[in-house]
Amino acid sequence: MPADSDESTGRGPMTPVLYRVEARHQELADTVTIRIAPVTERLTDPEPGQFEMLLAFGVGEIPISISGLGDGGGELEHTIRSVGAVTKALCTSAVGDLIGVRGPYGVGWDLDRATGHDLLIVAGGLGLAPLRPAMLEALANRHRFGRLVLLVGARDPGSLMFVEELERWRGRFDIDVAVTVDAAPPSWRGDVGVVTKLLSRAPVNFGNTTAVVCGPEVMMRFVAAGLADRGVPPGQIRLSMERNMRCAIGHCGHCQLGPEFVCKDGPVFPWDRMEKLMLVRER
Amino acid sequence: MKSIRDLLGEHLLFRDFHPDLLELMAGCGHNVHFEAGEQILTEGAPASEFYLIRSGKASVGVTVPNRGTVLIETLGPDEVIGVSWPFPPYRWEFSSTAIDPTSAIAMDAECLRSKCDQEPVLGYQVFKSFARLMRDRLQATRLQLLDLYGNHAG
Repeated sequence: MPADSDESTGRGPMTPVLYRVEARHQELADTVTIRIAPVTERLTDPEPGQFEMLLAFGVGEIPISISGLGDGGGELEHTIRSVGAVTKALCTSAVGDLIGVRGPYGVGWDLDRATGHDLLIVAGGLGLAPLRPAMLEALANRHRFGRLVLLVGARDPGSLMFVEELERWRGRFDIDVAVTVDAAPPSWRGDVGVVTKLLSRAPVNFGNTTAVVCGPEVMMRFVAAGLADRGVPPGQIRLSMERNMRCAIGHCGHCQLGPEFVCKDGPVFPWDRMEKLMLVRER
Repeated sequence: MKSIRDLLGEHLLFRDFHPDLLELMAGCGHNVHFEAGEQILTEGAPASEFYLIRSGKASVGVTVPNRGTVLIETLGPDEVIGVSWPFPPYRWEFSSTAIDPTSAIAMDAECLRSKCDQEPVLGYQVFKSFARLMRDRLQATRLQLLDLYGNHAG
């Protein structure tokens, strides 16, 4: 159920709230992070892993994960790749432009469940964006977890996002960060290969690990299977699914995956609920 | 100081091997160290030794006309440099260079092939391990081919 219900705000569940673009950062040639702030009404602060519906006026509305929270003033960050008309409109929005926002929606990473465990964060490509708030929360509550490990896969060195943060995290003594790319020029000194290759080197006790995984679905499937093979309990492997979320409140059915509505039962699901569903061929 | 048998038993590839089999293989192995930038394998050269990485990192590449050596993947601890040694014509198909200082157990290929022929139990275990290793590499290569992280918008 969205936090901005009819009773609390008098606003309908499909009615967006106005936010203004405060800043934009070009992450990659086709990917932008925008920081938005409420114009008047402020939505409930999201949990890491939740998503919001962003409306580009006159173009359309799409679900976008939250990639960061601002400084506590209700600001939100969304990292968006230009893949269609709406994302293109959002990616090209300028500072000062207004967009509509609904949410936050869905089930997040719920890191409380990982307390006392080693925490393994596995990101592929743009999947690092929804995992960034989880990483920031884990860092802010570092004492709650055992080992903290971040594994990142990207297409090539030029496709890595949040590079400054990755370098900063890599410099800390209480985190292990490994980055690999699918292809690289000879000058690249880092790892080359798919992110699943990093699993065997992750310095965690797999039997007492919670893993949070986000990336292309095929990548998540192989990562989850690889983690389960190594002894991570399937209920402790959490994946962020992506489907065609339209209403975001479980009414329209566009995002239905078997018995699950990705928008309200997810987008974060444990592997034991997703394993069979992810192998069902879509028509 | 650990024996070669102990080191073989610590490597992911042979971790489940019976101690008797590790003992049998140990006579084919010795410790090696490569400095960063040092060539480990050269494509086309005889596959006389393969390497079980203990620490460090090495590249695997192939020479492409007008592009030099194209980097295909990197290998780290618990991985293996060289998988062409069991099969005729016993020549490397790719090159490998140490990226970081790399320590490994070098295994004499002819010695291990001979022991695998003489001891079918050892041969079965070794080839099962290499089959799993190659399955993993094939799976990784297929994922790389999918270009999962690319922007595939119509």
